[in-house]
Amino acid sequence: MKYTADYIYQKAERSDITSFHFSLFSFQLIGRFHKFSIFNYHFSISFWFWLFQVRIQGVTLPAFIARRLMFMVVVLFGVSILMFGILMTFSPERRAAAFVKSPQQVKEIPKLVKKYGLDQPFYIQYARWIKEISHGNFGWSTVASSPTLDAIKRYLPVTIEMNLFSLPIIIILGIWLGTIAGIHRDTLIDHATRIGAIIGWSLPTFLFALILLMFFYSQFQLFPPGVISDHIDDFISNNPDQFIQYTGMYTIDGILNWNFKVVWDALMHLFLPVVTQVTVVIAILVRVMRSSMLEEISKDYVITARAKGVDTHTINHKHVKKNALLPAITVAGWLVALSIEGSVAVEFIFNRSGLGLLLVKAATQLDIPVVLAISVFLGLIYVVVNLIVDVLYAVIDPRIRLR
Amino acid sequence: METKTEHPKIKELKYTLYRIFRNPSAIIGVVLLFAFITIAVFAPYIAPPKFKHRPYMMPHKGYSMTPQPPGQGRIFGTTSGQYDIFYGVVWGTRTAFRIGIIVVLSAFVIGAAFGIVAGYYGGLVDEIIMRMVDVFFAIPFTILAMAFVVAFGRGLNSIVIALILVVWRRYARVMRAGVLSVRDQDYILAAKSMGVSDLKIMLRHIFPNAVYPVMVIAFMDAGSIVITAAFLSFIGLGVPIGYADW
Repeated sequence: MKYTADYIYQKAERSDITSFHFSLFSFQLIGRFHKFSIFNYHFSISFWFWLFQVRIQGVTLPAFIARRLMFMVVVLFGVSILMFGILMTFSPERRAAAFVKSPQQVKEIPKLVKKYGLDQPFYIQYARWIKEISHGNFGWSTVASSPTLDAIKRYLPVTIEMNLFSLPIIIILGIWLGTIAGIHRDTLIDHATRIGAIIGWSLPTFLFALILLMFFYSQFQLFPPGVISDHIDDFISNNPDQFIQYTGMYTIDGILNWNFKVVWDALMHLFLPVVTQVTVVIAILVRVMRSSMLEEISKDYVITARAKGVDTHTINHKHVKKNALLPAITVAGWLVALSIEGSVAVEFIFNRSGLGLLLVKAATQLDIPVVLAISVFLGLIYVVVNLIVDVLYAVIDPRIRLR
Repeated sequence: METKTEHPKIKELKYTLYRIFRNPSAIIGVVLLFAFITIAVFAPYIAPPKFKHRPYMMPHKGYSMTPQPPGQGRIFGTTSGQYDIFYGVVWGTRTAFRIGIIVVLSAFVIGAAFGIVAGYYGGLVDEIIMRMVDVFFAIPFTILAMAFVVAFGRGLNSIVIALILVVWRRYARVMRAGVLSVRDQDYILAAKSMGVSDLKIMLRHIFPNAVYPVMVIAFMDAGSIVITAAFLSFIGLGVPIGYADW
């Protein structure tokens, strides 16, 4: 043991007083972090070596991941067949009509149906679709006026950017608030969080977003809707050499290009959507974390620890919170997995051209290639996030590892 | 002297009610619920329908696109298209109850049934059911709603079917998790060793012990489903224009 208090005191004798204070401070910091962190063991390399021999649901980790990836194919297959089946209930003429732009072209519909084989049986059309997407051809999107894959690539960063800001806030703040409410049960803090959570839960997202927009944008011209201001957009599209779009997310691109005008403008546009998202979504996480804290806090090991004389802070944050975190992680996983769908209302109101808006447009205007592509894409995200959550379970909870 | 002993179940009910009515938030909730039930029941008297055969369509005077503020004969004002908002709110209470109760009940029955079967039998049955749930989880809700609205036309039924298909998947998951924690308990083993049938074990022994987390979610969902239905109407995939709906 090199970094004990004795070592630091010895070092302090040799060096000047500031360095002593600094090292003592850092020692306390590390000690505190070490004491209360759930992940302290998981930072060591030996853990990761060991993890690969760990068994989840009876198999080792690599085998578990491989099995899950196999299931992923099954799930994606199921999703696509189900969606295809639902869409096949529309008549061939109806599906062809989405590509008709003017009344003069209406008489072309039977030709379109014949040309693309829309009247052929289900399995032939499905096989043709599978064949085309294996070549990377997801079809032409009438809503986005571009190939579907390009449209998704263009719309996706906007959604990811918003969730990159809202999800960490939701998860960290939600777990923190739930913990506090659970510890201080039936006090003012608890009642305040609960009332806030109920209000957030019962607020219709679109109504709340509209009210925020009405208040801030129409009264004070603050926080405009959209993704980026017109003059910034012009600057970006006119100066491709000065502003390189690495990711398509304006805040990150702005930092990478060292252009903080763009970052500031993007943040102004992001503020209200993130506030809406956090207010509405955080409720469920707070409630789950709170009830799970209450359940754990009344268990016998807490009484034992208290009888041993462990201080309350250690009990609450080391023993109880660790155990209470599992249901909250499940919910957080759901929130991440369904975040794109969850952004639909916010993107619709704030006119952010993200995947959620594309989904609504495609659904209301019957853009079948986009509908199919997005369902498969969301299925993919869902399966991957679930896999991560399951592995995270095993990392956090030894009881699941041993099973 | 004769001492009258109450049936233990009645005693328990009395104690439960006593506990409930000591909690202020429970009182507020019960009062609100009864207020809305009253509005829903007495809707024909609060806002008499103009056309008896289709009371859910909101009456409108004229076709002006400018919404009117509250005033004479229109307590909450009118929307664009001159639909009476007060009438819509009163009759919408009925729609809200209908959507909430029908969707949650049907989804609860479907989800709980699949969850119990998957959790109890395990193995291949579990795998098949849970992959099916995964498939339903992966389908975006908006798209399902769109599909049903286009296939069956705009109306309450399309929304309700789409919502049921979306909601049951979560109940199945939570129910299965609950069943898994109950399944290996001693009293289940005891029941099995006594030769109780699987169906009876599932319904009498496992269901009551595993249902609480699902019920919590279901009660919370009953409210949020109404909001979701409202959002569907808002983006143009819900009930037709002029239908009384929150």
